[in-house]
Amino acid sequence: MGETADQIFVILQHWIVAHAPGILQPILAPLLGVIAIIGVFALLFAVTTVLERKGLGRIQNRYGPNRVGPFGLLQPIADGIKSVTKEDIVPQAADKVVHLLAPVSLVLAAFSLFAVLPVGRNMVLANLDAGVVFFFAVSSVTEITIFMAGWSSRNKYSLLGAMRAIAQMVSYEVPLILASVTVIMATGSLSTVAIVEKQAGYTGIFPHWFVFTPWGFAGFILYMIAATAESNRSPFDLPEGESEIIAGYFVEYSGFKFALFFLGEYLGMFAISGLGITLFLGGWSAPFSFLTWVPSYLWFVGKLLFLIVMFIWVRGTLPRLRMDQLMNFAWKFMLPMALINLITVGIWHFMQQGILRWLICSVIVIASYVLLGRGLTQGWKLEKRIYRFAE
Amino acid sequence: MLGEGIAKGLVETARNFFGSYVSKDRLTTVQYPEERLPQIEATRDFPFLVYDGDDWQAGMRCVACQICEKECPPKCIYIEKSKDKKPDALGKPQFYPAVFNIDISVCMSCQICVEVCPFEAIKMDTEFELSTDNRFSGLLWNKEKLSKSNEHYNKIHPTEAAEVDARLAEDKAKAEAKAKAASESKPTPPTSAPAPTGAVHG
Repeated sequence: MGETADQIFVILQHWIVAHAPGILQPILAPLLGVIAIIGVFALLFAVTTVLERKGLGRIQNRYGPNRVGPFGLLQPIADGIKSVTKEDIVPQAADKVVHLLAPVSLVLAAFSLFAVLPVGRNMVLANLDAGVVFFFAVSSVTEITIFMAGWSSRNKYSLLGAMRAIAQMVSYEVPLILASVTVIMATGSLSTVAIVEKQAGYTGIFPHWFVFTPWGFAGFILYMIAATAESNRSPFDLPEGESEIIAGYFVEYSGFKFALFFLGEYLGMFAISGLGITLFLGGWSAPFSFLTWVPSYLWFVGKLLFLIVMFIWVRGTLPRLRMDQLMNFAWKFMLPMALINLITVGIWHFMQQGILRWLICSVIVIASYVLLGRGLTQGWKLEKRIYRFAE
Repeated sequence: MLGEGIAKGLVETARNFFGSYVSKDRLTTVQYPEERLPQIEATRDFPFLVYDGDDWQAGMRCVACQICEKECPPKCIYIEKSKDKKPDALGKPQFYPAVFNIDISVCMSCQICVEVCPFEAIKMDTEFELSTDNRFSGLLWNKEKLSKSNEHYNKIHPTEAAEVDARLAEDKAKAEAKAKAASESKPTPPTSAPAPTGAVHG
């Protein structure tokens, strides 16, 4: 029974393919997966927008949207109708082809990221041997699309936003990939499916997730910080800082193209969270050995929702960074921390299993965190601001 | 240590998040169409014409003196004086406005018409939900639309209306006493008696 529930979508796919005419069968199997991914994650996007607005509202002691449907849950439908019926304005001086291509290719790239994510047991669209490399290669396309948007709009704010986006994403891609390399070193595989299977075992009731090791924990935190920056979310939302450069690279976008940008950004966030889950949080595996009867895809979705809630919580808490703070943080803290983490995982790998390697690796991680943090905060003067002329 | 402030901030926002579900006092939003804040008494937006009694045509205080029309800075009032006269609240025959229009799309809510009116006939209303589907005729209000009862005035501005009512009652009592004295000393027809001029106030 539990086995059937776990594999229900796989069985369904096989059933549909088996009943299709023979000539269609090779195309149909991946096509069904693509349709499922597009449907599920587009729906998740709609749910996330309304939950984010409601959550941010509550954080700021407001109600949030509560007019459309019960508790405002149909708000995404209203938003969708609004964005479709709005006029699509293209600036006269804009490069029209690139201006159109940018949001489309962003969404395409964001959707193709999901191809290598194992959403459940036996539920991965493309089990590539170099899945992680594929993921990072495709996620770099989003940077180009953002620059395409900023450049083709021919607007100074767009270009400023795009320049900021490029600087930020290139800087944060380094710690992002270095943090993931730790996992690749530990598993010895670039395949996302193999990485999840390596973490699916249990010691007693506790799982072998990489986040429960000193280097894995540090790597996970580094990965999530860099992921926040990669997906342009607060507090790293400099490329679209509303109060400084209006909306950055999508100033000149309206109507459905704007909605596509929005969609692409959220899909990027889901995909990068999904890879974080795959690498550090054990993918679709259950958090305790006695919970393995729950279908695996539910665990994946649950972990994804947990990370989305964390993203929203952080967005509701932290103000936007300054450009120099952003760069200092990437190059003076994240990068050395990720490099030390690489050494730690090497030590972990070659030491005997036991309390000693836990101790040594924890000391390395904590000491480097404290020392690097002290180095980063050395020049800071945090004091109450005094307004000379306001009082 | 690095990250301490972030942890503190996360705790604070979590407290706000859960607190907003527990205590209603945290939520400052007034959900407008369903909930409303009580209006403060001094609130005002556009003028209306006060009438006494139940019939808005018979009880209208306005005597079409046209002072407000002349004083109105944006010139949003238009008045046509009637040809005939009819008795006012004191029983004295007066003109009345045949046409009294206010274009509230022009009106700037300055209240000067109220200040200059010698007959307490025009006052400021508090009605603010005035949207209409025609920006010309929908916002040009005629005499009927402008007329509101003295009870309405008492409801929206109680203190001010009580003062006005007391003053009018005093005037009426004075006029009655004068008329009585006049009729006792000189039993002549009331048409030749000097008209009481108690309506103007300083």
